[in-house]
Amino acid sequence: MEIPYTVSARPDTGLYNAKIGIWLFLASEVMLFGGLFSAYVFLRIGAQPGYWPHGLLNVPVGTFNTAVLIASSVTVVLAWASLKMRQFAQYKIWMGITILCGLLFLIVKLTYEWPAKFHHFGVFIKKEALAKYEPYLGNNYLEAKMLPHRVEITGDIEDEAALKDDTAKTYVFKAIDAVNAEPTNPESDRPTFLPRPLVEKKVVIDKADVDYASMFYPRHSAYFSAYFLITGLHGLHVLGGLIVFTYFWLPVGANLYKRNPEHLANRIEVAGLFWHFVDLVWIFVFPLFYLL
Amino acid sequence: METSTAIHSHDPHGPHGHGGHEEHHAPGFWRTYVFSTDHKMIGIQYGITGLCFLFFGFCLMMVMRWQLAYPGQALPFIGKLLANVVRNDGMNAGGVPGVMTADFYNSLGAMHGTIMVFLGIVPVAFAAFGNYVVPLQIGAPDMTFPKINMASFHSFWVGGLIMLVSFFCPTGPAKSGWTSYSPLADLADQSTNVIFNGQTLWILGMVFLITSSLLGAVNFVTTIIQLRAPGMTWMRMPFFCWVQLITAFILLLAFPPLEAASFMQLMDRVFGTSFFLPHGVTLNSHLVNVAGGGSPLLWQHLFWFLAHPEVYVLILPGLGIIAEVLTNNTRRPMWGYKAAVFAALGIGFLSFIVWAHHMYLTGMGAAVSTFFQTTTILISVPSVIILTCLLLSLWGGSIRFTVPMLFATAFLPEFGIGGLTGIPLAFNSTDLYLHDTYYIIAHFHYIVAPGTIFAIFAGVYYWYPKASGRMMNEFWGKVHFWGTMVCMNIVFFPMFLQGMAGMHRRGFDGGATYDLNKPVIHWNTTISHAAWTMGAFQLIFIFNFFWSMKFGKKVGNNPWNSTTLEWSAPSPPPHGNFLEPVAIYRGPYEYSVPGHPVDFIPQCDPQGPRTDAGAHGH
Amino acid sequence: MENEHTHAPDHDTAHHVNKHVKGYLMVGGLLLFCTALTVFLSYVNFGTQKANIVVAMAVATFKAGCVAAIFMHLKSEKWTIYRFLLITAIFATGLFLLTAFAMSDPISLNF
Repeated sequence: MEIPYTVSARPDTGLYNAKIGIWLFLASEVMLFGGLFSAYVFLRIGAQPGYWPHGLLNVPVGTFNTAVLIASSVTVVLAWASLKMRQFAQYKIWMGITILCGLLFLIVKLTYEWPAKFHHFGVFIKKEALAKYEPYLGNNYLEAKMLPHRVEITGDIEDEAALKDDTAKTYVFKAIDAVNAEPTNPESDRPTFLPRPLVEKKVVIDKADVDYASMFYPRHSAYFSAYFLITGLHGLHVLGGLIVFTYFWLPVGANLYKRNPEHLANRIEVAGLFWHFVDLVWIFVFPLFYLL
Repeated sequence: METSTAIHSHDPHGPHGHGGHEEHHAPGFWRTYVFSTDHKMIGIQYGITGLCFLFFGFCLMMVMRWQLAYPGQALPFIGKLLANVVRNDGMNAGGVPGVMTADFYNSLGAMHGTIMVFLGIVPVAFAAFGNYVVPLQIGAPDMTFPKINMASFHSFWVGGLIMLVSFFCPTGPAKSGWTSYSPLADLADQSTNVIFNGQTLWILGMVFLITSSLLGAVNFVTTIIQLRAPGMTWMRMPFFCWVQLITAFILLLAFPPLEAASFMQLMDRVFGTSFFLPHGVTLNSHLVNVAGGGSPLLWQHLFWFLAHPEVYVLILPGLGIIAEVLTNNTRRPMWGYKAAVFAALGIGFLSFIVWAHHMYLTGMGAAVSTFFQTTTILISVPSVIILTCLLLSLWGGSIRFTVPMLFATAFLPEFGIGGLTGIPLAFNSTDLYLHDTYYIIAHFHYIVAPGTIFAIFAGVYYWYPKASGRMMNEFWGKVHFWGTMVCMNIVFFPMFLQGMAGMHRRGFDGGATYDLNKPVIHWNTTISHAAWTMGAFQLIFIFNFFWSMKFGKKVGNNPWNSTTLEWSAPSPPPHGNFLEPVAIYRGPYEYSVPGHPVDFIPQCDPQGPRTDAGAHGH
Repeated sequence: MENEHTHAPDHDTAHHVNKHVKGYLMVGGLLLFCTALTVFLSYVNFGTQKANIVVAMAVATFKAGCVAAIFMHLKSEKWTIYRFLLITAIFATGLFLLTAFAMSDPISLNF
């Protein structure tokens, strides 16, 4: 006896099996990302002043990636619609574009966004030493303007080995971010849309004045920990979706279409629902990490 | 005496004789026993693997009990063996073979809890029995997603393997409690290898186990919603299927936040993040080189958000099994079926909003404590309703004390003790005193051990003939029961006394350090001896289990004269379960229907009165 | 698959789906516009940080709503699915709110 309702709907629920399955799975995903977003909120609320950075992510690139993902959401639903309308060639086109968009998203993230972070460096200055680094922090100016204080100096480190080397007494920047180079410039008050170029300037920081120093790895701060975890997990979900889409784009899909086109349409609908959820998560990730 | 349940009698041509609508040659060993997508095989896989883990977890406890009864003394015979096998000198304290270190004691405790809960009870009570019985009881040919079902099992044993492998790390296995609290769990097992250490492997194992449960949960819910046979309305579904549905929902929605937290703890350990580490944490008097800014309480909230619903995952399938066995062996319908169903739904819902009663000592204020005390006391109501329904189901019954029935009857007062001793724990004032004492251990073990594990035994003895076509030996089953029953109470009841005296639950030395334990410390030896005796009785069960596969009394479809649908299929059922489509005509427990010549009417029998409800209404 | 028909059930016919294609494209365009809007608004100062967050989340929620209702067909889904999502929403909200409650109400000397 075959398993019923794999393609046709069960009369009393009006649903086929996979649709219930995917929505249940998405419910669990809501709880997963819900837990992560809750953690984000609590970590951000609990962060010491100045220890939750802003403006460290590339907004134009993030916006581009958001647009790419939204576009792929459109194309995947068009792919499904093509199958429902029995236009297989159209399905292959739309699905192909979806896969390319997803790949583009991942490539931008993994070859540009993340590596750009990994090469950047920051030091959090101890409370007692803040006055010493006033030229780079501009806290008097910020105080007068009733803006939150700065405690971090960021830029390009001259020698990364200083982080592991206990005999080294200083961290040396070969370039620092515009915000630290011109801390009293009104341009530095708030993050700008276009990233400002680094200023080539040698800055020496005594290790004794440093509360914590790190490359922009996950360990840098609760902010980056949360950023890399959530975007990493999200990226894995994108990859999973792409694998499924590719599987159905290959001749396997054509064979299933020949045998039972509605079955393929259902599978693409179900995979598409997963993809839309992934897009949905990103819709929240983007403002929470890139903009706010 | 069996009525005509031969509608789906055993086809002499075997599993391939189903209408001959497709020609297929028999799948080989691997497709049949390892990579099977048949829910019955997957159920058996889960069952045997889970029972093995249960026994292993039990053995870990038996070693712990040596240390508690005879602190600092070398464990005879086995101790020398363990001294060579256990890493990090765990059983070689101070160079003396067979003497346990405190670290290893903590590892035993953490792994005993983890293995019993996640590798033992959930796979057996939920996954094994659920997979095997639910599709049969609702009249389905299989689960809705057989391949995902297989993936779920394989994810499970991989997770289990990782947990076992962690015993062989240089650091020894995880030792931060089954609760894995940060900051200790973040920082324990510092090792040159960021992956191959006990605490990190624990997290990785948990990720696989959580994945397994999530995949299984999706399957269970979809199957129960979509594949009920015609006539199987919601209120004609056996109580066992209802609780499996609710358990699946709990797993589906409660596990993911722990998965999120596990990723965070993993990142804390491997990438040096500080999700759960506040500023200024020191390890061995040195400041830990992390950014800080994290929250240990965040771990506790995310952990207990799962772990509290998890305890209902542990008990609900057990309650379902008991309902099946009780109705069958009292020859009368379940009392209050509808009330029990709604109570179970209530438990499912409330279980998500009580978790912080595990955190009364973390400095929560009066308002939030009051909230959680209220919801916790509220959830005792549906629990009592279900137990009352089961108790009242004995009234007026024609009780026959088969082996499953012995376990099922014993379950009732034992679960009662477990549940009632939870009441003081619901209030933060009394919990203030009892938290982290042996009282807690006694409380929850009464629910899981003579509770769920008795239900598991009842289920095994009950459904064994369906899965194998043979009965387990009745005499040795009764010996197993009485031995286990007596020992169980000698093990756990004194723990209430120890806990009320204030004995801490994690004392490596059995409580010897603190004077307040003096009046109750003598119980340690009694408890340990009872535990080891209980272990010996389990050997009887294990032997009976395997011996009966070959030599047990052969039986037909319905040796217990039961009404539920699985007993209308052959023993064991072929691939596809039912040779012809099934239809349901009445509730699940139509026993002793007045006027009917036989004392039971199977659900799918077209002859006989039709009813809407599962219970007559008493 | 003897009892499975290979053509779509009535309310999901090709004709029916075709009508929606234009809608998908329009919503797609709307979402891209809202993305630009979110970015633009994030550089507008609404007074307090809280206000900025509320604005950003409002736009994000609207976008998410469009994706859910139209792309994920939630607008015309069956009640079974709605029930799942309702329970999920309750528990996800509960997780967040109750944890926030616990973290914001610490024990103190004055009850």
